[in-house]
Amino acid sequence: MEKVIVRLKTFQELFKRDRRPGDLVFAWMFLFFCGFLLINLGGQVQWGMRGSLVAQPAFWPTISVVGMSFFAVMHLIGSLSSPRIPGRMKEFRFWLRSLEYVVYFLAYVSMVPIIGYLLGTLIFALFLTFRLGYRRPTAFCVTAVFAVAVVLIFRAGLRVKIPAGQIYEHLPDAIRSFAMINL
Amino acid sequence: MDAVLGGIQILMSWQVLMALLIGSIGGVIIGAIPGVGAAVAIAILLPATFSFEPIVGLTMLLGIYGSSMYGGSIPAILLNTPGTPVNALTTYDGFPMTQRGQAHRALSLAYSASFFGGVFAIVCLIILAPVLALVAPHFGSREIFLAAFLGIVLVILAHRGQIMAAGMMACFGIFLNTIGLEPANYTHRYTFGQNWLTGGVDLIVLVLGLFAISQALFLMLENDSTPQAERVQGNLLGGFAELLGLKRVASVAASFGVMMGTIPGVGEFTAQFLSYTYAQKTSKTPEAFGDGSAEGLVSSEAANNAVPPAAMIPLLALGIPGEALTAMMLSVFYVHNVIPGPQLFQGNLDFVMALYIAMLLLNVIVIVFLLFSTNLLLRITQIPTRYLGLMILTLSFVGVYSLRNSPVDCAIAAGFGVFGLVLKRLNLPIVPIILGVVLGGIMEVKLRSGMARVDSPIDFVNRPISAILVLLILFVIFQHIRALRFEHQQRKLKREQS
Repeated sequence: MEKVIVRLKTFQELFKRDRRPGDLVFAWMFLFFCGFLLINLGGQVQWGMRGSLVAQPAFWPTISVVGMSFFAVMHLIGSLSSPRIPGRMKEFRFWLRSLEYVVYFLAYVSMVPIIGYLLGTLIFALFLTFRLGYRRPTAFCVTAVFAVAVVLIFRAGLRVKIPAGQIYEHLPDAIRSFAMINL
Repeated sequence: MDAVLGGIQILMSWQVLMALLIGSIGGVIIGAIPGVGAAVAIAILLPATFSFEPIVGLTMLLGIYGSSMYGGSIPAILLNTPGTPVNALTTYDGFPMTQRGQAHRALSLAYSASFFGGVFAIVCLIILAPVLALVAPHFGSREIFLAAFLGIVLVILAHRGQIMAAGMMACFGIFLNTIGLEPANYTHRYTFGQNWLTGGVDLIVLVLGLFAISQALFLMLENDSTPQAERVQGNLLGGFAELLGLKRVASVAASFGVMMGTIPGVGEFTAQFLSYTYAQKTSKTPEAFGDGSAEGLVSSEAANNAVPPAAMIPLLALGIPGEALTAMMLSVFYVHNVIPGPQLFQGNLDFVMALYIAMLLLNVIVIVFLLFSTNLLLRITQIPTRYLGLMILTLSFVGVYSLRNSPVDCAIAAGFGVFGLVLKRLNLPIVPIILGVVLGGIMEVKLRSGMARVDSPIDFVNRPISAILVLLILFVIFQHIRALRFEHQQRKLKREQS
C-alpha cells in the first residue's frame, strides 16, 4: 500500500504545474470539446477514398483530434494534481464580461454597411470611450480625431475594401462620390 | 555579388523605401507601448498590405517585426514593464540601472547591443545565402514535412512547464487547418453542413482574433495604468563605445540569436536564455546579473534582435515559419502567389537579398530615430491601457472586415478573441495554435506528396537530410525526457534531504 501511495505521489508530482484560477474550468471545457469532436469524427470526415492512408481526407483530422484529446486529458490531470488558487467563479465571470465588448464589436460590424465607415467608427469609438469610464471632453476629442484618422488612413489612404454606407446614397451629388470612395 | 546588386535595385523605389520607413518607425512606437506589440500591429496591417507589391508589403511588416524590440526596451528599462514579451529579460538589468540613476547608460547600451545583434545576424545571413541556395534544393517533400514536424515538436517542448497545454494548442491548430473543403478529394471535414465553414478558418481571422481582439478585451477589462518615467538627458551614442569592451558577450549573444532564430519553433526566449546564462557564467562579476549588469543587458538585447533576420531563413528557404510573426508574413507571400521555398532561394536570390538589405537599412533608420525621439516615445508609453484596448478593437475591425467584407469572419474573430483572452488570463500559450495551423497545412500536403514517391515508410528517411531530421527529432525528444527525469530526481533528492 505504501508503495502505491509513493507511486501516486510521484505521478502527481510529475504533472504539477503553476495553475491560475479558472484553469480547471478551462481544462474540463476543452476536454468536453475534444469529446464532442471525437464523437463526430465518424460523421464529419471520410475514409475509404483512393490512395494511401496518409492521403485519406480523414487522416489529419483524426490525428489532430486524437492528439488534442490526449493532451487535454494530460492537461486536466495536471490541473487536478496542482495546488488550487481560489477565485474560479470570479475568473469565469471575468471571461463572460468580455462578451459585452464582443456584442459592441458585432454591432459596429453590422452598422458600417448601413451608416458608413466614418460615422460607424466615430459612434463606436465615442461610445466605447464613454463605456470605459472616460468623461473628460479631451478624451472624447482625442477619440474623434483617432476615429477620423483611422478612416482616412485605411479607406482614403490605403484603399482597404470596406463597402460604402447605404446612407451615402442620400447625400447631395457633389459629395456623394467622394464619400463613397473615401469615407 | 550580382544578387546583392539585384537586391539593391529591387529596393530602389519610393514605395519600398516609404514602407520601410513607416514600418521601422511604426515598429519602434508600437514596441514602446506595453500591451500592443508587433504581433497585434502585424495582424491588423496584414490585409492592408495585400494590395501592395510583395516586396512593399513585406518590407513594411519586416520593419515592424525587426524594430519593435528596440522600442520595447524603453519601457523595460525605464518603467520595469517590457514593451514586448521578449524584452522581459531586459528589465532584470535595465531597470536596476535606472534605479541607480544610470537610465541614460542603460538605454544607450540597449540600443547599441540591439543594433549590433541585428547587423551581425544580417551580415551572417548575407554571407550564408549562397550556401543556403545550394542546400535548399535538396529539401524535397519529405524533408520539408520533417522540418515542419520538427518545428511542431520544438514549439511544444519550448513551453517548459506547459507542455501539455502547448501540445493541446498545437493539435488544435492542426485541427483548425483541416476544417472545410479538403483540396485533394473535395470532401467536407468538420463543416457540420454549414456553408460558412466550407471555406475553413482563415489564418488572418484567427490571428486577429487570438492576438489583436483578445489583447483589446484584455486591456479594456483590466484596470487602467498610466506609467510615469523621468526624461532621459544626454547623448545616447555613448553605448557603442562601451559595447566595444563587451564585444565577446555581444558576439556570442548575437550568434545564439542567429542559431535559435534559424530553428523553427525556438526563437528569442531560448536565444536570450542561452546567451544570458553564458554571459553570467563567463563574467568576472556574475553576482551583478539581475542587479544592473551591463553584460546581462547586452547579452539579452543582442540575442533578441539577432533572431528576426535569422527567422526569415526557414521561411524563405523552406517555406516553414518558425514563429507566429513569420507565419503571418507567409500569408503575404501566398496572396501574391510567391511561394517561399527552395525555388525562391535558387531562382530569386536577389529578392531574398533585397529583404536582407531592407533589414540592414531598418536597423540604421531605427537607431537614428531613437537617438532623437526617446523622450517623445516616453510620452506615448503613457497612453492609458484601457484606451489602448479601445484603439486596438477599432483597428481590428479594419483587419478582419476588409478581408472579405464578411460579418461571419468578424464573429469568428471575436470568438477567437474571447478564447485568446481566456488563454492569456490562464497564462496558456497561444503561439502553438498559429504554428499548428500553418505547419499542419504544410505537413498534410508534403506528407501526401512525399509518401506517393516511396514504397515503404523506411524509404521516407533514406536520404541524408531526412535521416538527419528524424535523428534530430528523436534527439530533441530524448533530451527533453532526460531533462525531466533529472529535474524529478533533483526534487526527490531535495525532499529526502528536508
